[in-house]
Amino acid sequence: MKPAAFLYHAPRTLEAALTLLAEVAPQDGRILAGGQSLVPAMAFRLARPTHLVDINGVAGLDRLAIDGNVLSVGATVRHAAFHKADPAFGVLGALLADVVHNIAHYPIRTRGTMCGSLAHADPASEWCLTAITLGAEMVAKTAKGARRIPAADYFQGIMSTALEPDELLAEVRLPLLANGTKHGFYEFNRRAGDFAIGMALVTYRVENGKIADAHVGIGGIEGSPRRVPEAEAALNGQAPGKVAFEAAGKATAAVVDPIEDTQTPASYRRDLAATVVSRALERAAA
Amino acid sequence: MTDTVAITLNINGEDHRVSVEPRRTLADTIRDDCGKTGTHIGCEHGVCGSCTIILDGEPVRSCLMFAVQADGRKLRTVEGLAKGNQLHPIQQAFIDNHGLQCGFCTPGFLMLATSVLEKEPDIADADLLDALSSNLCRCTGYQNIIKAVRQAAIEMRGAGK
Ligand SMILES: Cc1cc2nc3c(=O)[nH]c(=O)nc-3n(C[C@H](O)[C@H](O)[C@H](O)COP(=O)(O)OP(=O)(O)OC[C@H]3O[C@@H](n4cnc5c(N)ncnc54)[C@H](O)[C@@H]3O)c2cc1C
Ligand code: FES
Ligand code: FES
Repeated sequence: MKPAAFLYHAPRTLEAALTLLAEVAPQDGRILAGGQSLVPAMAFRLARPTHLVDINGVAGLDRLAIDGNVLSVGATVRHAAFHKADPAFGVLGALLADVVHNIAHYPIRTRGTMCGSLAHADPASEWCLTAITLGAEMVAKTAKGARRIPAADYFQGIMSTALEPDELLAEVRLPLLANGTKHGFYEFNRRAGDFAIGMALVTYRVENGKIADAHVGIGGIEGSPRRVPEAEAALNGQAPGKVAFEAAGKATAAVVDPIEDTQTPASYRRDLAATVVSRALERAAA
Repeated sequence: MTDTVAITLNINGEDHRVSVEPRRTLADTIRDDCGKTGTHIGCEHGVCGSCTIILDGEPVRSCLMFAVQADGRKLRTVEGLAKGNQLHPIQQAFIDNHGLQCGFCTPGFLMLATSVLEKEPDIADADLLDALSSNLCRCTGYQNIIKAVRQAAIEMRGAGK
């Protein structure tokens, strides 16, 4: 249970971090952010990086601020930054505070980062679900430049993303939500703080008594979190309530391709998908 | 073996100058290099919380940090809670409420609860329960631990005023 040896680098500037990463990435050099996924993987020797580029001391990466109509979350912003809903972030702030309490435990949230979660891409990551449901954009940087990756192109299966080994996820940009947007999150697992077996995040607006612009995202069910257009179609134009919410749940269960593990067969996750979607919708309406 | 790095850890107000390999966890360093064996190690992968310490005011799992990352920073461990023979209110509350049996998990719970109550003296009960769910106890059960922390919360609030 002891990590294998590695060389440690603690750059102070983004340029230095990116230069180092370009050098060490070809030899399985990696970024160390909160360490709350990487260090356990190293303890199990599932990961044996030869170099770690610790970004915790890099100036400017802790930026958490509104840029126009998005919330920009820098690479070293911890999960715990979202414990209390910041009124300046409006509905999005409330949504993030609702979701964050389901991520691991308090002392893990003081270290772990949102960008680290997005880079790690566990199928049951709450932040990955949030990013895809809201349509976030990832800002990836290398020593040579930067590119923006929409969430829809970013997740590529279990623990796999569009990021290249020499790319640092410098920032995630989450769209702010219009005042009055309803949001609901529901997660099922067996112990507090565990990874979700299944979860759903939903947002919608109500226009003339009908649901509009429904976003339905599921996580923990398939290899990557994703939106479910069939469930959204079952909601848009309908009156918010039990009938529409259950229809959206059913529509989800009908189309998912669930992952399996030793304790949870695919059929279980399929049923669960319907339940988490309808419960997230009920919470949004409450 | 990789080269060792010279670092200084300030533990409970005392500087410890040690030389460690980068792969050495903070938990191992606190125990083996600094001799503060009150911090316990259970799982070494972030699940149990017995290694919880306070780093610059925040509770952290010391098995999930490398000691080199804590160079120059202020750490608090269970050894720093009592003032001489005077137990910290959280320690007294654990005794009063039978919050421990074997005691293996206790240092982690004490540091977790202390940091949470110092940061948020008026924490809502639901949030306190959420925070306490971070750590595992394999023998006492959680009810007495919760009782103890609730008692300490009241006493620490009184002391703060
Ligand atoms: C007991 C326990 C329970 C947990 N439960 C949950 C849970 O319920 N839900 C959940 O979502 N997570 C959970 N986690 C994981 C936690 O949320 C991590 O913080 C998160 O997955 C990774 O973020 P990090 O900052 O700690 O990244 P690290 O562990 O430092 O890095 C993880 C990976 O991402 C890479 N990386 C990190 N940052 C960047 C970046 N900016 N650019 C490019 N690559 C980067 C690293 O190189 C590494 O490969 C749990 C962890 C533990 C120990
Ligand atoms: S030893 Fe650190 S969490 Fe278990
Ligand atoms: S008192 Fe024995 S594990 Fe908690």
